[in-house]
Amino acid sequence: MAVRTLTIDGKPVSALEEQTVLDAARDAGIEIPTLCHLDGATDVGACRLCLVEVVGTNRLLPACVTRVAEGMQVVTTSERLREYRRMILELLFAERNHVCSVCVANGHCELQDLAIAQGMDHVRFDYLFPKHLVDVSHPRFGVDHNRCVLCTRCVRVCDEIEGAHTWDVAGRGSRATVITDMNVPWGSATSCTSCGKCVQACPTGAIFRRGSTVAEMDRDRTRLDFIVTAREKKQWIG
Amino acid sequence: MELSDLQDIARKERESQKPIRVRCCTAAGCLSSQGQAVKSALDEAVAANGLEDRVQVIGVGCMGLCSEGPLVQVDPAGTLYERVEPRQCASIVAALDGGDADANVGDTTRPFFTRQVAVVLENSGRIDPERIESYIAADGYHALHTVLHDMTPAQVVETIIAAGLRGRGGAGYPTGLKWATVAKTEADRKFVVVNADEGDPGAFMDRSVLESDPHRILEGMAIAAYAVGASQGYVYVRGEYPLAISRLQTAIRQARRMGLLGTQVFESPFNFRVDIRIGAGAFVCGEETALIRSIEGHRGVPRPRPPYPAASGLFGCPTLINNVETYANIAPILRKGAEWFASIGTEKSKGTKVFALAGKITNTGLIEVPMGTPLRTIVEEMGGGVPDGGTVKAVQTGGPSGGCIPQSALDTPVDYESLAQVGSIMGSGGMIVMDEQDNMVEVARFFMEFCMDESCGKCVPCRAGTVQIHRLLTKIRDRRATDEDLATLRTLCEMVKQTSLCGLGQSAPNPVLSTLRYFPEDYRALIGAPSEPSANGAAPRTA
Repeated sequence: MAVRTLTIDGKPVSALEEQTVLDAARDAGIEIPTLCHLDGATDVGACRLCLVEVVGTNRLLPACVTRVAEGMQVVTTSERLREYRRMILELLFAERNHVCSVCVANGHCELQDLAIAQGMDHVRFDYLFPKHLVDVSHPRFGVDHNRCVLCTRCVRVCDEIEGAHTWDVAGRGSRATVITDMNVPWGSATSCTSCGKCVQACPTGAIFRRGSTVAEMDRDRTRLDFIVTAREKKQWIG
Repeated sequence: MELSDLQDIARKERESQKPIRVRCCTAAGCLSSQGQAVKSALDEAVAANGLEDRVQVIGVGCMGLCSEGPLVQVDPAGTLYERVEPRQCASIVAALDGGDADANVGDTTRPFFTRQVAVVLENSGRIDPERIESYIAADGYHALHTVLHDMTPAQVVETIIAAGLRGRGGAGYPTGLKWATVAKTEADRKFVVVNADEGDPGAFMDRSVLESDPHRILEGMAIAAYAVGASQGYVYVRGEYPLAISRLQTAIRQARRMGLLGTQVFESPFNFRVDIRIGAGAFVCGEETALIRSIEGHRGVPRPRPPYPAASGLFGCPTLINNVETYANIAPILRKGAEWFASIGTEKSKGTKVFALAGKITNTGLIEVPMGTPLRTIVEEMGGGVPDGGTVKAVQTGGPSGGCIPQSALDTPVDYESLAQVGSIMGSGGMIVMDEQDNMVEVARFFMEFCMDESCGKCVPCRAGTVQIHRLLTKIRDRRATDEDLATLRTLCEMVKQTSLCGLGQSAPNPVLSTLRYFPEDYRALIGAPSEPSANGAAPRTA
């Protein structure tokens, strides 16, 4: 397999030609913030947090879907990128009703972690306070649309790893919501196998195990990794 | 079907023409103002006077001047009747042999008509869009025959490259280069797709072409399919265009029956099948990757490019996607040659462009002008300027993806580069004229509301950013905004433009940025302490 040499933030990095900039950066110990990316599921390039600058192009490129190239010079942090990332996070916080203090994922939340890491200490925009419901019709799990960031990780793990395709997205623009089956309560979604992969995949407290209380939600992503490795490499190692 | 058969059909069609022909517009614009009743009344009047063997009433496509519709034109005299009412039809028929009719006669020597150069619209308003014979009599399908029998696919691609045709969907990518890329990509299956998902507010160019001359699109598609090596085509047309869909269906059926589509077209080894896919009404489905997803039967959301559809498109196969107007240019280029086409327009923008003139302008409708025609010629001469002596404040081109061009820049020639220089785009050809009564904050807010509603919701900047831009504009409109809000608006617009996933989000801030650039006073006037609504359109909180 061919190898490509590039620089990320001035650091020389070698990567396999099929690798993305994100993978190459992570291998080299450089962290690029992401929200919709999940190892094992296809990338959709939707959250735009992993946008990086590439010398020679004016456009910002999403690291998760951009392949490495020979001689590529990648910049993962710049004043412009930092400002845009903070703004994207602010937009997410203003979009729905994210109240960390009463969230099951408090302290284990990727949105919260990202806000802290990117130095987002206030929100410039109006909070929209949309009316969103909590669906606890499923016997074991629940979905709180107030916490959803529409990263579609649940949609992708359910379709690509579990093969059930219970989850999907309905509606357009800010009215978009994740739904189960043909927009029925989760408990009535007959395609759901109750495998819990969506619960593991969700970056926030939107999809949770029933009975969890504030800050109790922790996730074991190695379970997803295990299945993906087993499928792709035929290695059954935990 | 062979060439001689085609020529026979054309000859018979021409011979069957009656000495006097009354053309009546039956495109959507005129149909919405009693066009069908006018045509029926004309038919009745002809029958009542026993003129059937001398006079023929033909339902044709768009004649351009939509604001004066329904339009009726008489050949060979060339008399144009405007705003025809059914009750006037008897007198129009009575006046066919000379004399005056009791109907408004339009002046066909005014610049609206004389300044036009018809390439795309050459048959529009002349032929019957529901009869393939009518298209064949206008030299239709001859180019396809020539291509299939006398040219190699590579020669066809070379001709399009030499013509210098650029994509009419808005971005202006060189069409020949796109064709060459798809042609060179090796694959067992390839597709050609027509993007007829025209959704810009105020734009109806593609609808008009589909309603007026559907066979031209099919011929263009077939030539493209031969050039790139495809055997299946899709027309992706928005569901809001029922008449265009029905005429397209008729056209496909007729062409199939005559062996001009299907297997062994013109007795050659070339097979080509065309199907229609009807969009469910999402602006984002005009974006090529979202359009592909929609044809595949998925939720219409865009995906990051590369890979571009030319390499991996519909069902993962190389796919050629062009706009309706782009395909409409193909047959004339092959019929008249690349040099002829390249001689029209400017150095970098060849050919003509169809515009839908709308807004505060005397003559609204469809026009086709050579690239490089100054905006002023279009708006003031052809369009007749603002009605009742008002003055033009701005011209909005390119729909929600475009920008507002101020009065001071009216001498800008309409070509891809010049429009980009003044912060707007060609877009698919919508052109909305605004006068001094229009407040630019309100205009920007209107387009932002459109983008906000039409965002697919996939990427954060477009989904959540457009909502906040809209809120900020509302705040400004309502005189509740501060200087800080104005600064936030600018940064947010830049960010949405730079970071969005697809063209919808990347261009959504353009109307705001261009009005901020050219009409800062409209914004400034609304910043500060709340006060009574002023005369320039700053309404109190209502909507």
